[in-house]
Amino acid sequence: MRLRQTVRLLPLLPAVALLLVFLGGPILWAFYGSFTDAGLTGASARNPEWIGLDNYATLLTDPQFPHSLWLTFLFVLGSAVIGQNCLGLALALVMQRANRVVAAIVGTCVVAAWVLPEIVAAFIAYAFFFRDGMLNQLTGLAGLPVVDWLYEYPMLALVFANIWRGTAFSMMNYQAALNDVPPEITESATIDGAGGIQRLRFITLPMIKSSIATNLMLITLLTLGTFTLIYVVTSGGPLNASTTLPIMAYEQAFQYGDIGYGTAIAVVMLLIGAVFSIAYIRMLRERKD
Amino acid sequence: MRGIKKTFIALTVVGLALTGCSGDSSGEDSQTLLIAYKKADPVLESLMEDTKEQFEAANEGITVELSPIEGNDDDYATKLALSQRSPDTAPDVFVEDSFKLRADVDAGYVLALDEYLADWEDWDAFNETAKEAGTGDDGGIYAVPLEADTRVIWYNRNVLGAAGIELPWQPENWDDLLEMARTVKAANPDVVPFSMYAGTMQSFYELLYGTEDGALYDEDEQKWVVGSQGFIDSLDFLKTIYDEGLAVTPAQALDPNIWQEIVGDMLPQDRMGATVEGSYAPQFWQEGADYEWPEYGEVMATSPFPTQNGQEPGAVSMSGGWTLAVGAGSENPELAVDFVKMAMNFDNSLAYTVDASKIAVRNDVAETSEYQDMNPFAGEVTEVLEVSRYRPATADFAEIDTAVLTATQEVVAGGKSPEEAAADYDEALKRIVGEDNVIEK
Repeated sequence: MRLRQTVRLLPLLPAVALLLVFLGGPILWAFYGSFTDAGLTGASARNPEWIGLDNYATLLTDPQFPHSLWLTFLFVLGSAVIGQNCLGLALALVMQRANRVVAAIVGTCVVAAWVLPEIVAAFIAYAFFFRDGMLNQLTGLAGLPVVDWLYEYPMLALVFANIWRGTAFSMMNYQAALNDVPPEITESATIDGAGGIQRLRFITLPMIKSSIATNLMLITLLTLGTFTLIYVVTSGGPLNASTTLPIMAYEQAFQYGDIGYGTAIAVVMLLIGAVFSIAYIRMLRERKD
Repeated sequence: MRGIKKTFIALTVVGLALTGCSGDSSGEDSQTLLIAYKKADPVLESLMEDTKEQFEAANEGITVELSPIEGNDDDYATKLALSQRSPDTAPDVFVEDSFKLRADVDAGYVLALDEYLADWEDWDAFNETAKEAGTGDDGGIYAVPLEADTRVIWYNRNVLGAAGIELPWQPENWDDLLEMARTVKAANPDVVPFSMYAGTMQSFYELLYGTEDGALYDEDEQKWVVGSQGFIDSLDFLKTIYDEGLAVTPAQALDPNIWQEIVGDMLPQDRMGATVEGSYAPQFWQEGADYEWPEYGEVMATSPFPTQNGQEPGAVSMSGGWTLAVGAGSENPELAVDFVKMAMNFDNSLAYTVDASKIAVRNDVAETSEYQDMNPFAGEVTEVLEVSRYRPATADFAEIDTAVLTATQEVVAGGKSPEEAAADYDEALKRIVGEDNVIEK
């Protein structure tokens, strides 16, 4: 019996091996690298030395680190947890009832932003928000004063850009989830006299709770690692006002050539992602009980 | 994490590609030279292709393998550094940014060239300042300069003339700059009289290296300078031109794309008086260029950037540029150096320098009429090479450069006083190089 089970697992081996090499390998290497002074060039490039927790100690005293951590938190909370998640849910709910043509048009517009390659979306966001960009031309037509978004409110602009870019994912998740809510239950609630808000609160939301948790987990992880959008639109500026952790890690590793320190930042991001994932997974489990 | 992961994947792919390129040729067959350079530049590409042809004709049985690398300067540096980590992929000859050379020397990637160049007659024809680009911390030669650039003031004769400034304008100290800017501003409040970027190469270093004690690095002591009055004075100058509205707005100053607006719109449309730009500025305006401007030769003029109080040598400029270096692990160092010598012989150097509109690194090239006539400003911007300086591009320099940039931006747009920003820079510098490696001035 046991032998047969082992034999049945054999075909999985290549896949597991590939996963370990290409997914597990880089993570382990990142952990290892973060304990060394590995450099892209310079004296430590050829023979990196084991320096223990030095990189992490430096990170804790680096004035940029708490700043970047805070900006990353703002970015994830603002654009993913609140922005994409709530807007996605709202759109899914509204589109359920909307006229079919309207729903199709809105859906296409939202999904278009998601379909665009990230680099293209980032250039569009830049063209929209920059000083002489589309937003200021539009507000200018309405007689409003010019606001230099990328200079005065870079994080706000990035949060809006990421909401625009990513909402489609949440919307489609919620559309699928809402389709699974049996119409009879909602109907009977209506007959019992429940209004729209009450139906949403007591029937719809509890029934799609696991979708909410899954969606939150996925978009949190996606947003935590957003690099291209921020790098193209603001490059972390002005004056580090939008240097989130991925930008900081890139700067250290590739602009200053300090691979060890860069990977230490990447490991911290990995841990933050892991903590969020565990929290959401536990949320999912509780739901099932 | 997605960005990081992408970078990892990209790097792995590049690594594999490089291995693939050279795997079948290096190793057993030691009569192959692998040459790495940045692909983006067609003039450089044709230099490499021409030299390959000439070299293979002159040395029978030797194959030159060109390995162009795509990407911007940072990508190129990253990919080159990665390829140098393994002897299987390390190129024999590579085009090296003078900014990265010392770091790569520290890493042991670069061959010392002194003994190979000793018997090369042409080496005496190279400009002494330009040779600094290839000099290491220990004073040895590690690379042969391929090209150089300088930085001067480019001014618009129409704008200055309309404000009653006597032409040609020859500022002798910083006060002359401010006086011109204030005069132009009074005459025509709509133009930007004198702009300098909130940056380093095109602005802060011109100022710093023109002060009495101004330097980032003390070459004799091999220590970094902190507490320098010149540093504060330079920041103060930038603050003055931005506070008085003589330059572009602080928001524009922090926009990395502002140079396009300046060379593309403001100068050609007589909306800017003067700015500090590289010697390569005509490249933007020449026929067929992105910001083609047929009248640029008549409208624009140059002046060297003056020192703070007009003290010797009177003017200052910053230089950078690419060099040619030989890999420390090359199996045929003799041949590799021969390739470098051939690439930089008179004919090849002349063709490359003129086509690329760069500053000549060979004095004999600088004297030719082809070079002098390549654009109306070739002679003027080349003379400045005499007073030009290279950045102290040690392994830590990329990070120090960013600390300087932060100081200038904090003063221009962050509301900090020059004293505060200089103190912050000193702190950052100590953190980067260590307390023991700084010297109080």
